[in-house]
Amino acid sequence: MNNLEPRMVNETIITPGMEPPVEPEQPTGAAGDLTDELLHADFWSDDLVARAGIPVVDVPLVSVGGGMGSFVLCDWLRIAGVPTSEIKVLSATETPWETYQYLASSSQVPEHERLRSDSVSCPDNIWGYPSYAFREAFGERSLSKIIAPLWNVFTEPIFTDYFTPRSGQVFKGVRREADRIGWWSMVEHGQVRMVRKRDRGGYFTILTPPSGTTPTKRVAYRSNWVQIAVGYPGLRYLPDLQEYRQRHRDYAHVVNAYEPHTHIYEELLLRPGTVVVRGSGIVASRILQRLIDDRDHHGAQTTINHLFRHYIREPHGPNIWMRRPGGNGWAYQGFNWPKGSWGGQLKFRLERSEGEDRKHLLEIMGGTTTPKRKLWRHQLARGKREGWYREYIGEVTSVEPGPHDTVVTKINTSGGVLELPASFIIDATGLEADIKQHRVLADLLEHSGAGRNPLGKLDVERNFEIRGARSGTSKMYAVGSSTLGGYYAVVDSFLGLSYSGLQIADDLANQGFCKRIGSWSSVRNWWLWSFHRELPGRR
Amino acid sequence: MTPTLWGRIQTRIFLIGVVGSIWTLIITPVVPLSAPLSTKYQGTFSVLGVVLVVGLVWELVWHFFQQFRWEKDWPALFALAQGVPEGIAAWLIVRSGVVPGKPQVTLMAFLVSFVTVWLVTWIFVTGPIRVAFPRWRFFGGRFF
Ligand SMILES: Cc1cc2nc3c(=O)[nH]c(=O)nc-3n(C[C@H](O)[C@H](O)[C@H](O)COP(=O)(O)OP(=O)(O)OC[C@H]3O[C@@H](n4cnc5c(N)ncnc54)[C@H](O)[C@@H]3O)c2cc1C
Repeated sequence: MNNLEPRMVNETIITPGMEPPVEPEQPTGAAGDLTDELLHADFWSDDLVARAGIPVVDVPLVSVGGGMGSFVLCDWLRIAGVPTSEIKVLSATETPWETYQYLASSSQVPEHERLRSDSVSCPDNIWGYPSYAFREAFGERSLSKIIAPLWNVFTEPIFTDYFTPRSGQVFKGVRREADRIGWWSMVEHGQVRMVRKRDRGGYFTILTPPSGTTPTKRVAYRSNWVQIAVGYPGLRYLPDLQEYRQRHRDYAHVVNAYEPHTHIYEELLLRPGTVVVRGSGIVASRILQRLIDDRDHHGAQTTINHLFRHYIREPHGPNIWMRRPGGNGWAYQGFNWPKGSWGGQLKFRLERSEGEDRKHLLEIMGGTTTPKRKLWRHQLARGKREGWYREYIGEVTSVEPGPHDTVVTKINTSGGVLELPASFIIDATGLEADIKQHRVLADLLEHSGAGRNPLGKLDVERNFEIRGARSGTSKMYAVGSSTLGGYYAVVDSFLGLSYSGLQIADDLANQGFCKRIGSWSSVRNWWLWSFHRELPGRR
Repeated sequence: MTPTLWGRIQTRIFLIGVVGSIWTLIITPVVPLSAPLSTKYQGTFSVLGVVLVVGLVWELVWHFFQQFRWEKDWPALFALAQGVPEGIAAWLIVRSGVVPGKPQVTLMAFLVSFVTVWLVTWIFVTGPIRVAFPRWRFFGGRFF
């Protein structure tokens, strides 16, 4: 167990392809590297870049990230007729789903498990039709398996839980669509270091390709438009767990659900143990399911101590028009935001709100929630009855090493201080780091006029243009979790990424970059999608 | 579906007015009614007109009910089931003789035209509509 290398630097979890954030770099003086001049200037001229010896690639649009958010925008744009030669995707990962898959599988959603988005949230199909439920049904052979997903979407969420696709189905679909639109030829690999404004309009995006693959250390992409889609600025540990890990150099007994931690499940199969699970959102639900599945099917003798910070006993909300279901400690919600905020009345309401009002509305609709799934409720009720699942409510005061390889959590409860010894602690709270933890975002705040929204994240317009970052007539956009707190709540979900992709594609159409997708071209393209016809305009 | 009130009204007009009309044009010749074709068309289109006009009032009712839902969504099952009260009301109205032109419609003819229109528009709104209008779902069911 001790050979587990700590995958943690500066309090954040490192996802595939990403380098740990390093101290401010010193220019090396080598040709093709950043110079002092470049590092300090808010506006770069073509000359300045040329003087540093950094080669320049011209392309109309650059997408930074290459994850799901980049993919969905490129899908819209390719369907709107943009050739692959007009887009460059700069990415640290090999595939658009790599980071997502890493985080999902760490948090116990392997390919055959179901996700937390609905049947029509399809990153591989801009129309959400045919939905994942339909596609699952048509891929099955037996009648009952054909009917099950269809019945599910027909009766959800009244008589059944919401249908959610298997994660493997989504990856397969995205790969297929990536092939169809010519995604792979648009991608350049490496770490994006920064995006700066060009003095005569447009932007320079600096890429650090994998060492040895290019003659110079950096390559500059000069573009009219930039999309920032870097995903999570960073995922953090709870402060008390962070402190424990660092002080005792123990990275095996106290883990975050978003880092690989299968050793815990393996250990628990070998000998009975106690686990403290912290958090009451979807990730906690999944971890609990894994622990209980191992009890049920593989003979594990695990005792689970579930620690709640806020215990939800009943439906809650400001008035009868805004009351969220809840009970047994959990706030219940099908997805991370109520559906009405995806594209309905809550979306319009949020769009009209500003400042504190918006923050307040986001607080009511968001927060920590989990879907009310029958399987999970039954498992926990059984655990409570049989005594191997116990709930604790309170505030953690400290986490200390205990006897016999245990970790003791001390909590302040209404009944006094309580000590909970455990073999392992799993942090399923999913804390996100400040946007400054991401180098590209920090640079935008410092040099490009970008600001923060009421939740402290990147401030974007209703069409996802970054406020204050316009360069001449050129625009920079941002999507994903780093923009939460703006006019759209659902930024960090497949459906939200589709919406932001559409908004950006429409705004680009207004600026003449592509055609606006009208009904006729939409139907035509859907037809092409249905027959998996490769899109024209590939290199 | 996550309709706004304005989206509901626009969608209703489009579904019944366009999709429903096309369907009614096709289906009317086989609707069980022993009358000349023009009388049959008058009958089926009167039914459609009632579903459209009275439907605008129904949308207010459905939207009110939607306010009790935390998610502020309208499940597909509800959209289908709302056809039951709407169908009964439409039949009573057609039979009461308040519809201009006093169309001749038997219960059987009403059922065939209403139920099929309802099913066809429901199927359309649960998926194909997004193919023709990719922005529809993000804007509460509005077209404008
Ligand atoms: C465990 C988990 C489960 C989720 N489940 C669902 C779900 O079921 N349904 C749903 O709709 N949503 C879900 N989400 C939310 C969301 O849809 C996904 O996280 C999605 O992947 C977000 O897309 P993104 O483009 O914002 O980020 P990502 O997909 O993470 O893409 C960002 C990419 O940018 C790259 N990058 C970052 N910085 C740089 C840099 N400086 N240079 C180069 N590349 C860089 C990263 O390597 C990464 O590949 C889930 C999220 C998590 C964490």
